[in-house]
Amino acid sequence: MSLSDQSATDRATLLAVWRDPRKRGFIVQALFVLALCLVLVGMFTTLHANMVARGIPTDFSFWNQTAGFDINQTPIAYSPLSTYGRAFLVGLINTLIVASIGLVCTTIIGVIVGISRLSKNRLVSFLAATYVETLRNIPLLLQLLFWYNAILKPLPGPRQSLLFPFGTVLNNRGLFLPLPSLLPGAAWVGAALALGLAASFLVGRGTALKPGWPKTLLCLVLALGPAIIAAMLAPPLAFDRPILKGFNYTGGFRVLPELVALLLGLSLYTAAFIAEIIRAGIMAVPRGQSEAAEALGLPSGLTMRRIILPQALRVVIPPLTSQYLNLIKNSSLAVFIGYPDLVQVFAGTVLNQTGAAVQIIFITMAVYLAVSLVTSFAMNLINRRMALVER
Amino acid sequence: MFKSIVSAGLFSLCVTTGALAGTLDEVKGRGFLNCGSNPGLAGFGLPDDKGQWVGFDIDFCRAVAAAIFDDPTKVKFLPLSGKDRFTALQSGEIDILSRNTTWTQSREVGQGFLFTGITYYDGQGFMTHRKLNLTSALELAGASICVQQGTTTELNLADFFRANNLQYEPVNFATGDEALKAYDTGRCDALTTDASGLYAQRAKLANPDDHVVLPEIISKEPLGPLVRQGDDQWFNLVKWVHFAWLNAEEDGVTSKNLDEKTKSESPEIKRLLGFEGNFGEGLGLTRDWIYRIIKHVGNYGEVFDRNLGEGSKLKIKRGINNLWTKGGLHYAPPVR
Repeated sequence: MSLSDQSATDRATLLAVWRDPRKRGFIVQALFVLALCLVLVGMFTTLHANMVARGIPTDFSFWNQTAGFDINQTPIAYSPLSTYGRAFLVGLINTLIVASIGLVCTTIIGVIVGISRLSKNRLVSFLAATYVETLRNIPLLLQLLFWYNAILKPLPGPRQSLLFPFGTVLNNRGLFLPLPSLLPGAAWVGAALALGLAASFLVGRGTALKPGWPKTLLCLVLALGPAIIAAMLAPPLAFDRPILKGFNYTGGFRVLPELVALLLGLSLYTAAFIAEIIRAGIMAVPRGQSEAAEALGLPSGLTMRRIILPQALRVVIPPLTSQYLNLIKNSSLAVFIGYPDLVQVFAGTVLNQTGAAVQIIFITMAVYLAVSLVTSFAMNLINRRMALVER
Repeated sequence: MFKSIVSAGLFSLCVTTGALAGTLDEVKGRGFLNCGSNPGLAGFGLPDDKGQWVGFDIDFCRAVAAAIFDDPTKVKFLPLSGKDRFTALQSGEIDILSRNTTWTQSREVGQGFLFTGITYYDGQGFMTHRKLNLTSALELAGASICVQQGTTTELNLADFFRANNLQYEPVNFATGDEALKAYDTGRCDALTTDASGLYAQRAKLANPDDHVVLPEIISKEPLGPLVRQGDDQWFNLVKWVHFAWLNAEEDGVTSKNLDEKTKSESPEIKRLLGFEGNFGEGLGLTRDWIYRIIKHVGNYGEVFDRNLGEGSKLKIKRGINNLWTKGGLHYAPPVR
């Protein structure tokens, strides 16, 4: 075989590779990925060069520097002497607090409103429809500002606080609850309670008494009696009650009005969308199902709980997931009503004090992405379990 | 394909690095100046009832536009919250940030900005409800304090309470207006910001007399415009617009007597107004650049008086914001 023959076969092989659609596809895609990488590398080098040229920080060294500012809701220990990294954690936890409480509240409200909208009672369905149409058509930020100011306006100042039993105090600085803490007596009370429960269980099974009122009473006394006596002898809990001191109440457990306003705004707004999803889900269940239940004489409440809702849930979960994600992301509007969430603390103050805009926005986006992915992963798991029920 | 991508990447690299220098050319080519302003602070930067931006910081950008275009209206104002202002300047969205911003070391050394001068000497203070009967900021122990986010204010606040070993609760808002509203509804016992801002905010409240500004000034707040690092020509231009304002006031050149002053035989005024030497050229401007500024916007004293001083609602005293010749701190290098 001559040399020219060799190169001719090479060319032929190359051509053959190119003509094979699978191989060609692979080559083209590989080239595309390579090009994409080059563009990304180019973008990052440009970004880095520009940041260096302008004297903007390019690393993460700010993370361990002293923050120097204060935050008013700190679920973990924090002071102005803490680091920016610590401030990030405080913001993150505050966001998670709002998101988790918000998800529960919005689901409950959404399901109730969604079912109400299908009610045969005209007034109920009309009210539900009004709720949905009003709340989902007004921008969330306006609603948040409304709730915040609506909460603050009628509440009295600290000196004229509303006082409730058990040392609970309400004023425009927040809701103050007595904060329980365990005393040594708690162990005794716990032991007495366990003992009582065991005794009542044994008595309940063994005694010759007929089931009925005397027996229930006996069991109850046996179960709780020892615990109550123990609690009298050694108090299990101490309550740190809020006390008016200077400008405001101190001590106890405090719920910020900003948190309440944010939760109200987020839950009510998202619930309007969830209500529509629930309604659509229920309407997607064939009418025959409820007719069959009716024919069997099942009460309507039971039909809804045991037959309609479980089937509706399958349709509901995917769109519900996106509403959950919306709620989590929308919690970042907290900054406008003064609640110290991740965006306010980290992408706000920390960004401003350090100037590390690129890094901080990147981290913030990554956090929201991670939280959203975890949420949708969890919802997908539930969805898969629901889907398995299908035949 | 490969080659074109690489060259495209290289090209974009050149373009972006090229854009670092030549803000002036960019502004001239665009036909107007992009100026970052306050979304609403009476006296400093606020749209009036006709939608025109007015205020002390606004007039600074107008002066720059007057120097470049001989037309103070060739400015586009971008209202920015305290939290967003630096990113807008870093990213090149605006050419100048003129929005009561405190000159600090970290902003210049750590964040890539250059302050072009101090247009207003300020300090942080507190405003409280008169009914609380406070006479000093030291009585604020345990108080809750409304503050605008993304400012040196937050840091000074923490420092002040820490230094005096007092407890307090900060409530941070994205904008000054939200902070003011929360203070007004009683969420906070006090509102803190720069003293000039406190007077401006108090004027917005329903009953300004129900609120008192406490005497303590807890910080130095040298306020002024700033630009990005890396463009000396642009930095010089903006810096000298500020000096031109001050020099014009010192030489007694105002928008009213400007034409009379053009006939002046004083060498200093001749240089100032461009009849002797050519001091505009080095800045990339025409020789009558200061004449343009004074004609359209006025000198420093006129601008101060119109927006903040006796000629305005705020009636702020010149105090340390007077010229050095009158016992104040404003001192500009000479035009020569």
